[in-house]
Amino acid sequence: MVENPGVSSLAASLDARLSWSSLSRKLLRECWHLKGQLLSIALVVATGIMTVVTMRGSYEALVDAQQRYYNETRFADVWTSLRRAPESLREQIEAIPGVTLADTRVSFLATLDLEGLDAPAQGRFVSIPENGRPVLNDILLTQGRYVEAGAPDEVIISENFALARGLSPGDSLRAIINGRARELEIVGVAISPEHTYSVPPGSLIPEDDRYGVLWMGRRALGPAYDMEGAFNEAFVKLSPGANELAVIASLNTLLTPYGGFGAYARRDQSSHLMLQGELDQNRAMGTVIPAIFLAVAVFLLHLVLGRLITTQRGEIAVLKAFGYRDWEVGRHFLMFAVVAMLFGALIGTVGGLLLGDAYIGVYRQYFDLPNLEYRLSPLLLGIALLVSLAGAFSGALSAVRKAVRLPPAEAMRPEPPARFTPGALERLGIGRLLPSSGRMILRNLERKPLQALFSSLGVAFSVAILVVGLFMFDSISYLLEVQFRQTQREDLTVSFLQNLPGAARHDLARLDGVTRVETYRMAPARLRFEHWSRETVIQGMEEDGQLRRIITADGGVQPLPADGLVLSLVLAQRLRVKVGDTLTVEMLEGRRQTTSVQIAGIVDDLLGVSAYMNMQALQRLTGEVDVISGAYLSVEESERSNLYSELKLAPAVAGVVSPASMLASFEEQLAQNIYISVGFLVGFASVIAVGVIYNGARIGLSERGRELASLRVMGFRRGEVAVLLLGEQAVITLLAIPLGWIIGYFMGLLMVQALQTDTFRVPFVISPRTYMLAAMITLLAAAGSALAVRRRLDAIDLVSILKTRE
Amino acid sequence: MVLSHPQPLTRDTVAESPVVLRARGLSKVYSMGEVSVHALKDVDLALHQGELLVLLGASGSGKSTLLNILGGLDVATSGGLWFTGPGGEEHDLSHANQAELTMYRREHVGFVFQFYNLIPSLTARENVALVTDIARSPMRPEDALELVGLGPRMDHFPAQLSGGEQQRVAIARAIAKRPHILLCDEPTGALDAATGRLVLSVLERVNRETGTSMAIITHNAAIGSMGDTVVHMSSGEIVTREHNAQRANVEAVQW
Repeated sequence: MVENPGVSSLAASLDARLSWSSLSRKLLRECWHLKGQLLSIALVVATGIMTVVTMRGSYEALVDAQQRYYNETRFADVWTSLRRAPESLREQIEAIPGVTLADTRVSFLATLDLEGLDAPAQGRFVSIPENGRPVLNDILLTQGRYVEAGAPDEVIISENFALARGLSPGDSLRAIINGRARELEIVGVAISPEHTYSVPPGSLIPEDDRYGVLWMGRRALGPAYDMEGAFNEAFVKLSPGANELAVIASLNTLLTPYGGFGAYARRDQSSHLMLQGELDQNRAMGTVIPAIFLAVAVFLLHLVLGRLITTQRGEIAVLKAFGYRDWEVGRHFLMFAVVAMLFGALIGTVGGLLLGDAYIGVYRQYFDLPNLEYRLSPLLLGIALLVSLAGAFSGALSAVRKAVRLPPAEAMRPEPPARFTPGALERLGIGRLLPSSGRMILRNLERKPLQALFSSLGVAFSVAILVVGLFMFDSISYLLEVQFRQTQREDLTVSFLQNLPGAARHDLARLDGVTRVETYRMAPARLRFEHWSRETVIQGMEEDGQLRRIITADGGVQPLPADGLVLSLVLAQRLRVKVGDTLTVEMLEGRRQTTSVQIAGIVDDLLGVSAYMNMQALQRLTGEVDVISGAYLSVEESERSNLYSELKLAPAVAGVVSPASMLASFEEQLAQNIYISVGFLVGFASVIAVGVIYNGARIGLSERGRELASLRVMGFRRGEVAVLLLGEQAVITLLAIPLGWIIGYFMGLLMVQALQTDTFRVPFVISPRTYMLAAMITLLAAAGSALAVRRRLDAIDLVSILKTRE
Repeated sequence: MVLSHPQPLTRDTVAESPVVLRARGLSKVYSMGEVSVHALKDVDLALHQGELLVLLGASGSGKSTLLNILGGLDVATSGGLWFTGPGGEEHDLSHANQAELTMYRREHVGFVFQFYNLIPSLTARENVALVTDIARSPMRPEDALELVGLGPRMDHFPAQLSGGEQQRVAIARAIAKRPHILLCDEPTGALDAATGRLVLSVLERVNRETGTSMAIITHNAAIGSMGDTVVHMSSGEIVTREHNAQRANVEAVQW
């Protein structure tokens, strides 16, 4: 028969269009029929996309905000502080090769006398020029105005402090500056990248109501501290391609005669360090977590579609017998993946946008970044969608390929009974110990061991995510325990403005309510070993001190040797030294002696890069006789608040810190975070557990419906039949728990390593409670899924299922 | 649900033995949207102790619906159904709830299906044991399999057995708990003639040797000759009842 090719191709395309529409009707109806399963897959996809959109998106927002902030405020590249240098030195600094700009300023710590605050507060006073703005490290005003020349009592305060204390321009504030109480007028509120994360000296976390930054005119602040025409802080901007290390070395050489404490690069600036650490963490999390969710989604799509296709053998045969092409049939089944994926992507994008906004809101609390707005980058979303789509396709593809390859005649024949053999476990004789139901469960698992393994692995990730999320709180609790109950056992920490003669301890001891005084000496020093060197503060401690002790990471007490240095493990690693090595110690204040000291011990501690030494031994190094920097006090509880007010007014006292109130504010913050994080974790973990278990059970039900219905017909009770179907999922879940514990353990270990910074090590502590909680939440999610399927099983129509041949 | 003993039935040639299962005025109406389908209309039936009843009818005649109701898989829209247990206790199945029907199936009824419905993950012996595990005074699974001639193949999985063998395992599974009633829905429907005859002879032997009351559904009129009673159904009603004075030898059944 001769046909007009134009007409026949038109007919074909019409036909294709019509056939597509009836196939899409089939698709729609079956999607509706499978809505529970598709939804649970969509949720897994959604969670993956949500984590990408939230975490990766906020990471990009943070990086962007950081860069713009640094540019706007001309954030310095190299920093240094010193005792006192004449302003004329600035030109010499600027002349160092590689330096384009240099700036200097005066900066001091002082006690603030705040109404309604029992505990003393501290202020970091920083000078700014009255005429024009700082060359480097500018501030951004958020309220009020800049200070004016000739108004020595005007001050600009940091925004977090203003918010925490309810202060605004027009209010006044009392500060003890260089031992003199001064009334200051707040004219503005500002932020600065130096203080995006502002931690008071001696603390671990921001305490905005007790610590603020105050910017004052240089001509006002300078004389107050005997710094007229002089400076004690300097920083520079490097020219592109400059050798940072060479500049640091030149700065050190130049400033050593002026009591330089050693220059450091931006990457060691504390606020930048915290922000960068947070950003690195964020980037790592934004990559790992979405990857886990997408992997689970791919696995679920694979599982569900594979089994869906098996139950549709007959239909595939009919479609192919009618003349549908392989790719048309294939496309039809791939559409199930696409539907689940698109739906998940929609939920994930919307949820991610909302969550990203909330997430950025949390960062705003911690970091004073202007321009920090959550924005969804279309490129990012595009990538997330493509990855999910690729995942969905790769999951569905092999199942679809199997369906398409089936010759119609074969597909139309009923599938032969599934092949079973006694598995390895039974050959070992375990089978004989089991009732028939146990053997059925066992054989079903053994028949598809890979499927069972992957299901278990999927659920295990739910457990692992919970372990990783919850263990962070264990770590922090442990850190708090070590820091506040083992290390800082004093009631009050007093630091002096300047070092005082040791006799000051008697003055402290005479105060009412003080029961014990232990003094300390903080001596800035540069430690050198071969060509490695590091600036630090050597902490001189009293022999047999009870209030402060050196605590190792596992909670032990490291005794302080009579001579020699004890270094933090991290510091020792940086300097490549071991116990017995001899270090060159260059004191950075006082007579600035350089001596050799042996390393008497290395302590695996949690916080900081510390160097500890017996006080007498330290005094031999500094060449001073009985000088102290401050003291740790034990006080009677009833006298605590009197002591606060008395001490903060004492002219020689720079600050008083109460570890107990620090702990309290820390714990309060922690408690808030715990609820939010646990909420999210439970949600995420449940999505995975439900995705795997619900789908597994639903598919089991559709595959074994006849089998289970036959049992019901033979007089098995609903519960007995449910055991057969759900027992398999129960075994998978129970296997997943230890597996999840192990995965969680190693994920936690990786995370701890990723989060380790110079000054902070997350202790790797996972409490039994965390393991139990992770297991329980997953079990509950699995039980919920099982219950939902159990309801379907109960409603199974015995008559119709026995009549129809699948 | 224990009622007074029902009145003796009208004279039946094979009705010397007591009635095990009695249906009176059974009707089943399926409402499908606005259309109601009368699958069963006012059916009276009695199954006697040891009787082999053959239910004949074309597809759609209502025979499967009747069997499902008799077996406690389905409930009639109206009418009564009573089962008399071995101790003479009477159960009103027309008013039983799901749990009671489950117990009825569990303790008194055996089913044989057209498509065997064996559990693929269990061997022949284990498939039988599945039922004997929950029965009150079952045979040993091995004995039940011997009875259907499958002693040598009892450790095979369904996938390793032919259709006829699978159906014989299904029969062994159904009789192993010593049910009072054995209901077979097209037991030879998926088998060739020779295998079908083998399966039927097993059923006939079980009926003869164990005295189990038995109802076999089939559309194959030739099978009627092997029963004590043959009931023809059409459009949900019983059209004729015949009593065979002499049951035909299964070997002689032709189709």
